[in-house]
Amino acid sequence: MSTKKSLATIWLDGCSGCHMSVLDMDERLLALLEQAELVYSPLVDQKTFPDHVDITLVEGAVSTEEDLKKIKLVRSKTHTLVSLGDCAVTANVPSMRNPLSVKDILERVSDGAAPRQPSNVPLLLGNARPVHNFVKVDVFVPGCPPSADVIHLVLTDLLAGRQPDLTSITRFGK
Amino acid sequence: MRVVTLSINGQHLSGRNDESVLQVARAHNIDIPTLCQLDGLSTWGGCRLCLVHVEGNNKLVPACVTNVFEGMVVQTESERLARYRRMIIEMLFSEGNHICSVCVSNGNCELQDAAQSQGIDHISLPYLYPERTVDASHDRFTFDPNRCVLCTRCVRVCDEVEGAHTWDVAGRGIKAHLITDLNQPWGESSSCTSCGKCVQVCPTGALFEKGKGAGEMVKKNEFLVYLEEMRQKRS
Repeated sequence: MSTKKSLATIWLDGCSGCHMSVLDMDERLLALLEQAELVYSPLVDQKTFPDHVDITLVEGAVSTEEDLKKIKLVRSKTHTLVSLGDCAVTANVPSMRNPLSVKDILERVSDGAAPRQPSNVPLLLGNARPVHNFVKVDVFVPGCPPSADVIHLVLTDLLAGRQPDLTSITRFGK
Repeated sequence: MRVVTLSINGQHLSGRNDESVLQVARAHNIDIPTLCQLDGLSTWGGCRLCLVHVEGNNKLVPACVTNVFEGMVVQTESERLARYRRMIIEMLFSEGNHICSVCVSNGNCELQDAAQSQGIDHISLPYLYPERTVDASHDRFTFDPNRCVLCTRCVRVCDEVEGAHTWDVAGRGIKAHLITDLNQPWGESSSCTSCGKCVQVCPTGALFEKGKGAGEMVKKNEFLVYLEEMRQKRS
């Protein structure tokens, strides 16, 4: 039986920059993966979210019905949920659509043609909102993106059972 | 004017009775957070970040507009004050559309700094996402009301230092907003001298120079104290 903790990452409405920042940890990733197993992530080939995950990093705002379904599922199966980066923490750039109605947005992106909701694309929620507006979040990591050093500190602390103190090293924006 | 003695956070200090708690605190390197206050402009007392306890008074008072007096006992830090300061900053974030990552003032913003120094890592209040239109009608400057915190520094510098009074506040409460002249586009203002003082004193990215990208707008407001001194010498 493995004593490693399980680690997952998910990608909602974000640009993948936070995941790039995870990769920017470079060789430190190898040391982290001695302590934790990456069980679910856009970076690994695993289709279903496992039944119990110790730490899940969430990139992105909750913008669609699918995002909402995912984050509720992930929350129910995760011990420590981390909002990683400004999109998860504040809704950031995805929230720039919020002063407009969904109908206006579809009209604008259809460039004057009749607005339509493609059947294979998840329905947009009225607003893109931060993760903690929908589910309980245990750790907030602002930054666009949070640097590799910040993510490294977060994971090292959480794997050691400590709550990371990030106020002096990261903030909204960066 | 006379000299009085007082204590701030248990430290015994002296100051002049025409000085504010904020002035005396700063003279002794005691940090009190501020946002609307700026040396060289009149005091406004609007942002309430500088609230402090004064012994014998149940209400919290803004340090920038409260003068010191003999025997005054001031506390600038407490759990209650920290809670209020965080709440004020969270309300400023939630009632506007502050997207730090793409803002011209990212990294040089007093609101962003205040959030960090008060340990704010998320906004617990629901965001309001108001619809506010950017005014880019001026040749050299842009006004983005999404980033405005209504500190009124621009209103005060334009009125008190430039003497033009192009800026003012219209509306009440949550509907309060900045206008130029009689609510005309800034570019059509007949009173604006295009001096740019409003841009330099703005604590956020609400007023900025055209052509600046994200994080490129660095404000310089040291001229204010210098102008004030030069004018006092002349008069």
